[in-house]
Amino acid sequence: MHNEHNEHLKNRNVSELDVNYYMVDIKDYPTDSWGKFKRVVQRSFRGELFVGLWVVLREMIRFDIHTVKYPEEKMPIGPRYRAVHEMKRLWESDTERCIGCGLCEKICISNCIRIDTKIDENSRKEVSEYSINLGRCIFCGYCAEVCPELAITHGGEYENASDQREHFIMYQDMLTPLDTMKAGAQREFEGFGAITPHEDERVKKTPLAY
Amino acid sequence: MSKITINIDGRDVETQEGEYILNAARANDIFIPAICYLTRCSPTLACRLCLVEADGKQVYACNAKSKEGMSVVTVTEGITKERRAIMEVYDVNHPLECGVCDQSGECELQNYTLEMGVDAQSYAVKDVNRKDVDWGHIHYNPGLCIVCERCVTTCKDMIGDNALKTVPRGADALEAEYKDSMPKDAYAMWNKLNKSLIGLTSGEEMLDCTSCGECAAVCPVGALVDTHFIYKSNAWELKQIPATCGHCSAGCQITYDVKHTGIDNTEKKIYRVMNEWNYVALCGAGRYGFDYQNMVEAKDEVVFKKAIEAFKKADTIAFTSTITNEEAYLLQQLKEKFGYKLINSEAKSFQIFLDEYSKISGTMLYGYDLEATHNANFVISVGTALKSDNPNARYALNNSMTVNKGAGIYFHPVKDPVIEGLGKSIMSVYHAPLQEEAILYLILDLFGDKTKLPSEIVEYLASFHGEKTITVEEIIKEEIIEIVKVKKVNEETGEEEEIEQEKKTMVPKKISKEVVVDDNRLLKIVGAGEKFMEELEKNLAKKDTFALIAGADLYTHPNSKNLARLLALIEKYSAFELVMIPNLTNTLGVSLICELDDDRGTYTIGYNTKGNFTLSALGDGDLDMPAINQQEGTLTSINKRVNPTNAAVGYKGYELNDIANELGIISELVIDYTSKLPTKKGFKAKNFDDLPNHYDNDGTEHRGYLLENMAVSAQSDESVAKFNDEILEGTLIYLANPVRQFSDFTNKATNLDEVAGLYMSEEFLSRSEFNEGDSVRVKNQNGEIIVNIVSDNKISGDIALLPTFDSKINSEALFSSYRFATASIERV
Repeated sequence: MHNEHNEHLKNRNVSELDVNYYMVDIKDYPTDSWGKFKRVVQRSFRGELFVGLWVVLREMIRFDIHTVKYPEEKMPIGPRYRAVHEMKRLWESDTERCIGCGLCEKICISNCIRIDTKIDENSRKEVSEYSINLGRCIFCGYCAEVCPELAITHGGEYENASDQREHFIMYQDMLTPLDTMKAGAQREFEGFGAITPHEDERVKKTPLAY
Repeated sequence: MSKITINIDGRDVETQEGEYILNAARANDIFIPAICYLTRCSPTLACRLCLVEADGKQVYACNAKSKEGMSVVTVTEGITKERRAIMEVYDVNHPLECGVCDQSGECELQNYTLEMGVDAQSYAVKDVNRKDVDWGHIHYNPGLCIVCERCVTTCKDMIGDNALKTVPRGADALEAEYKDSMPKDAYAMWNKLNKSLIGLTSGEEMLDCTSCGECAAVCPVGALVDTHFIYKSNAWELKQIPATCGHCSAGCQITYDVKHTGIDNTEKKIYRVMNEWNYVALCGAGRYGFDYQNMVEAKDEVVFKKAIEAFKKADTIAFTSTITNEEAYLLQQLKEKFGYKLINSEAKSFQIFLDEYSKISGTMLYGYDLEATHNANFVISVGTALKSDNPNARYALNNSMTVNKGAGIYFHPVKDPVIEGLGKSIMSVYHAPLQEEAILYLILDLFGDKTKLPSEIVEYLASFHGEKTITVEEIIKEEIIEIVKVKKVNEETGEEEEIEQEKKTMVPKKISKEVVVDDNRLLKIVGAGEKFMEELEKNLAKKDTFALIAGADLYTHPNSKNLARLLALIEKYSAFELVMIPNLTNTLGVSLICELDDDRGTYTIGYNTKGNFTLSALGDGDLDMPAINQQEGTLTSINKRVNPTNAAVGYKGYELNDIANELGIISELVIDYTSKLPTKKGFKAKNFDDLPNHYDNDGTEHRGYLLENMAVSAQSDESVAKFNDEILEGTLIYLANPVRQFSDFTNKATNLDEVAGLYMSEEFLSRSEFNEGDSVRVKNQNGEIIVNIVSDNKISGDIALLPTFDSKINSEALFSSYRFATASIERV
């Protein structure tokens, strides 16, 4: 029994066992130079080429162009789009939302987030260093989902071409600028990690003795 | 103690008579929730979670003792309600800041809240302002504190500093309706919790203890945190490297918690040291002295070549005992192959001492370990500055006193307020230096079995006894007859009249009486107080297990051989279980593995000590070597255990094995030698990778292996020379380190900030002409050094201490070998 089983595994010549395979009928490639020349001519001057050219010509005459003139024009990005991360501030005080819990660092499946923390002068936890290696980030959205403070979210910034593979983004670059906050222009992220509707009704309230 | 069987949740489990139900359950992998209980300490009864039903009665598993045939149920409907209510109470006003808490998920409050299924809160009380405070090396956040009192318990029962206590919280009283509406135990627990927080016993603002950090280690929440670690790293980011502490001979189990240095540096860095605090307690050096690694960037081939040349030229290798067994084995191999002389004076003195001891005991090593001391209830310490020589021995002494209701005697010339602070039942006898022999004779006299002891020793001991007549004051009751006038109504006349009556009263009266008592001159010689025998008698009541700790003062004593013989006699002819404190980390291992020589030759290779060519793990020598936290290998501890340790941080330079390979003793890894350690000396032929490093739930230690205590042929001659009563005259100095310091390695650690100098007690300083910080010349016939005076409130009395942990101060220059010497101290 044991031997039979092994032999079956060792017999890796699948085509002999499986009769359902069939061969696609493809002509042999030309081997001589005349044959090759004929193939080039046939492929170059097929009628299909003019079909495409006609469509372009027709639309040009009609002035009904659908092409986005990137980079002059850009498509709006959906609110749940997951592009380069942003760090949000609190509406109430403009202070940073990030508490330095390190959950994003832990959950990151491509291991591209690193965070250093320390105690600040008010004996609170402060983020001293924070970086995301965008070269490794797969923009999965786990960091935004796990963040208990809605601090790290994805933003709409997708143009992150860089001249090197390791392109890091630092905390300060992700943080909402203060003038944006003053103008009330910080956009909340609606994707992963955002508060779902009717959250208030689901939360049990803790009694308070005040 | 006998074996009994009890039944827990339908399972028969075997345990000891009188063992706490909780421990019996834990030993058999039965889960009973408990927060406040600490193994090896006395029950605190703060959390009440361990509520169980024993024979139908509700008891707390942490303080209810097992009885034969007892039937225990760990979960009933009522108990479940109580436990859930208790966890709800713990969550009242507890901040939901788990994201920033340093406990980062290693939180017992979090675990039990989930375990008990707390998904809603029914209780509330007004919170008080609980601001966090900095206590020096410990940071306390009362907002997170659940007042389980584990910190207080371990500080009292294990460490013996008694530095923490509960202080009033100043909160409003609980609402009256809770008393009726809440489960009974939960209410009682809350009532107590709501009244207290943790504070310092001293009432000062900063902790002034022996700074072990055990309180922060046992804290189940993030209330007590090591100041150096606050908000540095989440626990889950840290990789735990199982290791053995490399600072003293206790060989404590530790883990080095390592992580990358920073966001742009992937080199491993040690962030903290953790321990299995239920079974092992660390000292400050172990906990905070972790970053003593020798950072080397690359292999320096030029220096390595010079090292090889030096080895070819040399005839002597001098080294310290801060090396692993494998390195010691390599040194011995080098000796055997090339005939080097191996010089290590402190290991040599220990070796000679053990040799002499074996001649009477018939065993290569002392018979017991610190575990025996933990379990004893009468402990004597002699010849060691216990708190700094081996903190774990001090914990054992304290633990035996607090948990086993034990007592003890601390014999030492240096007055020690820390030992005095352990409690009244530990009697301190401050004897003159050199009188250690008299003390061992006294122990033999007091506790030895005179019917079995060699007759000449019995006679010698008897020669110290005499009779003396003393006047004792006694209070007796005396009958006194008084005549008092009493008003009485005359029955005949009906009038009130005064009559005289006799009245007998008992009146206490002091009388002096002369009695003849036994006069033991040994007591006077060792400087025991008048009341010594009286107190001893009181302290010896109900004591049945005895332990004796002996230390380095004995090994370096001019008559150390006599002392070794006396110790062997004490162990043989009394109930004392003996343990000896090896001087340094691996002194025991080195003294077993290496054949040591007395005198240096002409050209010396120094390993962690100065030589003509110096190999150093401290980074100050010619060729760099890895420190113990950068090495794999084994260390032999005071408990006669060969403990494995692993490399916590990287090392890119050369190690001793590279030199040995170059010299023709070839092995790829130094741990290949673990299995080759000499079995004749009790080592086992076990591979390094097969050595375990953990504890069982019942506290059974599985770390490395125990050395076999080999039998050696004992001499029939059990005689010991008489002691001489020579004493040292003049100002005394003693070679000992302050608490938390052992060697240059602890000195290198950033979190240990003790300053080296001439340590003088506050009492000594105030009586002398010196002030703290003065530069003084300490001089005697052996040499002279210039040091600064450091005031030390952890000693008292008139003996100044010189440390060995800072090689910039060449303290050893003043001492011939004995740890005490006389010297003159003058201001420069």
